[in-house]
Amino acid sequence: MQHVRDIFKNNIRQYAMFIALIVITIFFQVLTDGKLLLPMNVTNLVLQNSYVLILAIGMTLCILTGGNIDLSVGSVCAFIGAVAGTLIINMKMDAGLAIVICLLVGIAIGVWQGFWIAYLRIPAFIVTLAGMLMFRGLTIAMLKGLTLSPFPEKFQQISAGFIPDAFKGLGINLNITAFIVGIIISVIYVIFAIKKRAEEKRYGFEVIAMPLFIAKIILVVAGINLFAYWLAAYKGLPIILVLIGILVFVYSFFTTKTVPGRYIYAMGGNEKAAKLSGINTNRVLFFTYVNMAFLAAVAGIVFTARLNAASPQAGMNFELDAIAACFIGGASAYGGIGTVTGSIIGALVMGVLNNGMSIMGVGSDMQMIIKGFVLLVAVAFDVLSKNRARA
Amino acid sequence: MVEYILEMRDITKVFPGVKALDKVNLKVRKGEIHALVGENGAGKSTLMNVLSGVYPYGTYSGSIFFEGKECTFKGIKDSEKAGIAIIHQELALVPSLSIGENIFLGNERAKKWLINWNQTNVQAVKLMKKVGLKENPVTLVKDIGVGKQQLVEIAKALAKNVKLLILDEPTAALNEEDSENLLNLLLELKKEGITSILISHKLNEVLEVADSITILRDGRVVETLDKYKDDVSEDRIIKGMVGRELTNRFPERTPKIGEVIFEVKNWTVYHPLIEGRKVIKDVSIEVRRGEIVGIYGLMGSGRTEFAMSVFGKSYGKNISGRIIKNGRELIINSVRQAIENGLAYVTEDRKSAGLILMDDIKRNISLASLGSISKNMVVDENREIYVAEEYRKKLNIKCSSVLQRTGNLSGGNQQKVLLSKWIFSKPDILILDEPTRGIDVGAKYEIYKIINSLADEGKAVILISSELPEILGMCDRVYVMNEGRIVGELGREEATQESIMKCIMQSIKEVV
Repeated sequence: MQHVRDIFKNNIRQYAMFIALIVITIFFQVLTDGKLLLPMNVTNLVLQNSYVLILAIGMTLCILTGGNIDLSVGSVCAFIGAVAGTLIINMKMDAGLAIVICLLVGIAIGVWQGFWIAYLRIPAFIVTLAGMLMFRGLTIAMLKGLTLSPFPEKFQQISAGFIPDAFKGLGINLNITAFIVGIIISVIYVIFAIKKRAEEKRYGFEVIAMPLFIAKIILVVAGINLFAYWLAAYKGLPIILVLIGILVFVYSFFTTKTVPGRYIYAMGGNEKAAKLSGINTNRVLFFTYVNMAFLAAVAGIVFTARLNAASPQAGMNFELDAIAACFIGGASAYGGIGTVTGSIIGALVMGVLNNGMSIMGVGSDMQMIIKGFVLLVAVAFDVLSKNRARA
Repeated sequence: MVEYILEMRDITKVFPGVKALDKVNLKVRKGEIHALVGENGAGKSTLMNVLSGVYPYGTYSGSIFFEGKECTFKGIKDSEKAGIAIIHQELALVPSLSIGENIFLGNERAKKWLINWNQTNVQAVKLMKKVGLKENPVTLVKDIGVGKQQLVEIAKALAKNVKLLILDEPTAALNEEDSENLLNLLLELKKEGITSILISHKLNEVLEVADSITILRDGRVVETLDKYKDDVSEDRIIKGMVGRELTNRFPERTPKIGEVIFEVKNWTVYHPLIEGRKVIKDVSIEVRRGEIVGIYGLMGSGRTEFAMSVFGKSYGKNISGRIIKNGRELIINSVRQAIENGLAYVTEDRKSAGLILMDDIKRNISLASLGSISKNMVVDENREIYVAEEYRKKLNIKCSSVLQRTGNLSGGNQQKVLLSKWIFSKPDILILDEPTRGIDVGAKYEIYKIINSLADEGKAVILISSELPEILGMCDRVYVMNEGRIVGELGREEATQESIMKCIMQSIKEVV
């Protein structure tokens, strides 16, 4: 049982935050008379927070490399919006091509910042602070201080669209496609869980007891399908949710299962040891910042599409939301500890707080105070529980 | 009637799940040097933390009498007020402040809030003279060596009118000369009536200066020896510490030495920052299959710099020279290339450069060889656990499971994890830099056995050490290094303490 206990010990923070998310959700569900979890609102919640979720993924990797943060992502989002607006609205370029160019611009920004951070070792804080100012300035210059709008329907679909229902003609009030996707994901999950357990047994490891295993599967499958039902009851699967789902899956897999992912953790855990183990830490750091800027570009496109405008003031404080999400989700400010799913949970905690308080009519002043307090308490809990574990 | 400055009676301290101290009695006479020895985890530090108030009164049971009065310290401040000062292994100095400022840190020479700098520096000089530190009091602490920093710590304690000085492994990071100075200082202070408690792994030092010795094992006092009454010997102390007779501190081995497998020729390295300064000067060595070759040198002799520069140019710049393995010249420009060519370097600094302490055992073991447990860049985590389990058994790593954080392991077990990591990288040549530093006697023996078995498997082992007995007990051949040069090469039979020191002395003379 020691083996299983150690696994639990190593992940206790994440479980705690997940439970906190559920408690907060129930709390607001009661306070808002059930409005929070209405199918329409759940969809809204996802759409509203899509940009934070995307940025939090990239920010997690930056923080993992050693507590480095990226302050420029908000400005980069705005800049990418400006590029998209100029290309699509002013130059009448095709939306698809414009998106590709926007992503390439994002990568170029990452190369620029990554070069200073990884190869010249200028502290990331300073390079990205400079980036925050520079890209905000470039945004304003490019838009000449004006807001560009509207975008063509096709571009807006990124944030506002839903996966079309293939079974529309059946006269059922539910979106069957969303349902089917939920079932497919559940099946894949069950197959993987069973395979993993079988393999662990083959190696002769301890595995969790069968009843517990079945209970876990039932819980997860129920969760997935409940969520799918909620989406189906409104308009179905938002395109953006599919995008985020793919990103979360890919980056989770990347960080937890692959060799380069492992390098990021190793670098944040102890850079000297990582170097002496043959890891090119400069390259790891460089890649992390290129990736961050790439995801900032994705978030920029998503946000611009949702706003249906390229505005000089877009993306203000996005970086802070993303950073807060990571720390609430259990990332260590010194690097080496944290997970993508943790940060996603952190972002959702913030999202539910925002949304729930908005429904209740709490002013934005109070919202900020409460969000700040939650961040502080979450990290304090982390630090204190670690201190106790050590004593 | 003997006068005791300190009496600790029936001290028991319990941590969740462990009894760290079990009815410990410690009596220290006024004006003596009292050594406290024991393996890692025997309870030495816990006992001193109880004494100095780190664990406040009430969190332990038993009683403490200092100068005849019962003490109820609630924190370090209280014990300092009573005249007890503790100097930890990790020095508590502020590197960016001056020597004078550090000496009076928290105890400033000041009128109300205004610091009197003249008084600070004048009094600092007085204290520095007392501890034999020849420096300007306004020099920053970061600009002086570790040995001198240690003296600053002692001066700081003296500034607080210390009556009982506790030193936790004071010579662990010092070279022989500085260690000698420090021990002499303790004897000086003794003449002035200052009592000291010395915690040390180095038994020769203990025997040299201590008047009495208390041996701890598993949170209990084994015995207290009096230098002037009892028959005190290194063997007796070791026996007390490990609880059994250690007839041989180095395991037996019959070397099976094969052909030359690894050569470094005319290796020269320049300092990475100081322009034009050579750190390694034209060093050539060779190692045979199945051989354990020692590199002995004092701190600053360049042994670590040499090893790291060979291992993928991890140190220095403008490196020149040739590396030859199995008769073929290698071009190694990065650590990755070094690993791929069958080299492994086990760092001397396992905590800051060897292990990722926040990560678990398995991730540390696999880090340098992720390629061998992954397919298409995806790590096979089951395989990883399997491998880690294998090494846990093979090297006898004591842990709850391979998912335990390495930071929570004892020094000896951490070292075994580090060794596992490099053995798993399947090297032909292993460079071990101070593999037993800060490890207790029992664990050392196990590490030696591992090293021997590696050599017996036909690997070439280069053992870097500043402990002469270790070099003499383990190595088939010894290179002596000084000032970045090889100043002697001795076979097993010729190598003795005297012959090695002679090499170093001669080389110093030549330079002069």
